[in-house]
Amino acid sequence: MISVLREMLQYDFLTRALFVGFLVSLCAALLGVSLVLKRYSMIGDGLSHVGFGTLAIATALGVAPLKLTIPVVVAAAFLLLQLSENAKIKGDSAIALISSGALAIGVMAISITTGMNMEVYNYMFGSILSVSKEDARLSIILCIAVLVLFIIFYNRIFAITFDETFAKATGTKVKSYNMIIAFLTAITIVLGMRMMGAMLISSLIIFPALTSMQVFKKFLSVVISSAVLSVGCFFAGMIFSYVYGTPSGASVVCANLIMFLLFTLIGKIKS
Amino acid sequence: MAFIECKNAAFGYEGKAVAEQLNFKVEEGNYLCVVGENGSGKSTLMKGILGLISPMEGELILSDGLKKNEIGYLPQQTDIQKNFPASVYEVVVSGRLNRLGNRIFFGRKDRQEAYEKMKIMGIYELRNRSYQELSGGQRQRVLLARALCATQKVLLLDEPVTGLDPATTKEMYRCIRDLNRKHGIAVIMISHDIGTAVREATHILQLAERQIFFGTTQGYKRSKVGRAWMEEDRND
Repeated sequence: MISVLREMLQYDFLTRALFVGFLVSLCAALLGVSLVLKRYSMIGDGLSHVGFGTLAIATALGVAPLKLTIPVVVAAAFLLLQLSENAKIKGDSAIALISSGALAIGVMAISITTGMNMEVYNYMFGSILSVSKEDARLSIILCIAVLVLFIIFYNRIFAITFDETFAKATGTKVKSYNMIIAFLTAITIVLGMRMMGAMLISSLIIFPALTSMQVFKKFLSVVISSAVLSVGCFFAGMIFSYVYGTPSGASVVCANLIMFLLFTLIGKIKS
Repeated sequence: MAFIECKNAAFGYEGKAVAEQLNFKVEEGNYLCVVGENGSGKSTLMKGILGLISPMEGELILSDGLKKNEIGYLPQQTDIQKNFPASVYEVVVSGRLNRLGNRIFFGRKDRQEAYEKMKIMGIYELRNRSYQELSGGQRQRVLLARALCATQKVLLLDEPVTGLDPATTKEMYRCIRDLNRKHGIAVIMISHDIGTAVREATHILQLAERQIFFGTTQGYKRSKVGRAWMEEDRND
């Protein structure tokens, strides 16, 4: 396995993709713990569809994809958060509304301009070839920012995840921190989307946290386990994809799925 | 001086008052029970005291060195918490968040404080256990310890015995009494159980969308309102 990895690292584009993927997996796993516990997992899914729609429009307009997608998805994240707090439209239906709407707009934009082609397929299911040098630089900076912010706000994130009302009552600005979480999630999703694909990126957020919770019962252990699992599954999936020529995004998700089943079994045996 | 004082205050939502004509005080060492039927404005008043909503009329004054974020709050347990992966220590120490300021992590003082509060609540031995594995009564103690981490002065308890069995309920009330008498912490408890209220509290505040009684428990027992409600309760 090590020799395969060494071989992979001889290609510039692969090294780049692996490094960006490593950082994105880490960010997604950390944020995922809070999102899953707050019952916000579907926000990740919604945002990835918005990302797909925006990517399609960016391609149609010939604009640099990340530069348009990041602000739009961040805006969508704030909107979703607002809607979730609004009692009139329930959070889950709001997400379904926005995600199918964005998907439809994306498909329309594609059909009017280029038609369904390989590029569109790559947006949906991901391709490691799509990580350009410029994308990589931006991704690395943003991922490091996400990691640093997560660590700085770790205790606050725990408090608002566990008990929003108590946190609010003791003077924590819950709304701002929810915004920060949504903001970080939006960025992570956009960065991971090109590689994992719009249809698969939300699994990077949900799987590691859910898998870890089958076995670990403390917040810190769940966070650490999620980070390790996510990175491990990413490399395992990438190596498998390189050796057997399978799509990278789907391979990573399958690795996550296997670990989920394994951890569920271990959890059952332990209890 | 009182910790909390309401002067002709009204609380509500979207311009509509849910609890009004509120005139009461909570002083050091008091044990105030807020009673009333469902929809009488108890939870709205509680949100007002916590500073989650501002008074529509009148004022709510916090004084005697009590800051807005220094009220220890015991909320009703949420669904999310039932399967939440967190150790008892992690939950308790999160009550120190209002002292974190610009620091990133909790320090030694925070840890000692959390240990001390866990000892008061008799859950120190459980500190490494997972919150989701505890019984209902143990969970309430953990949340009380967390509330104590956030305050030295005032505890606000929202129906603290909901879902507990009779023995645990008794134990919980004893616990709260101890915090009030031995540790000198003022207690505000929201309850719909009038029997317990007159047995435990020093003061009673009864609401029915407005204030219909505030005074000492002795006074309440003699009052018309109090006698009527206690009578009704006995007949139930």
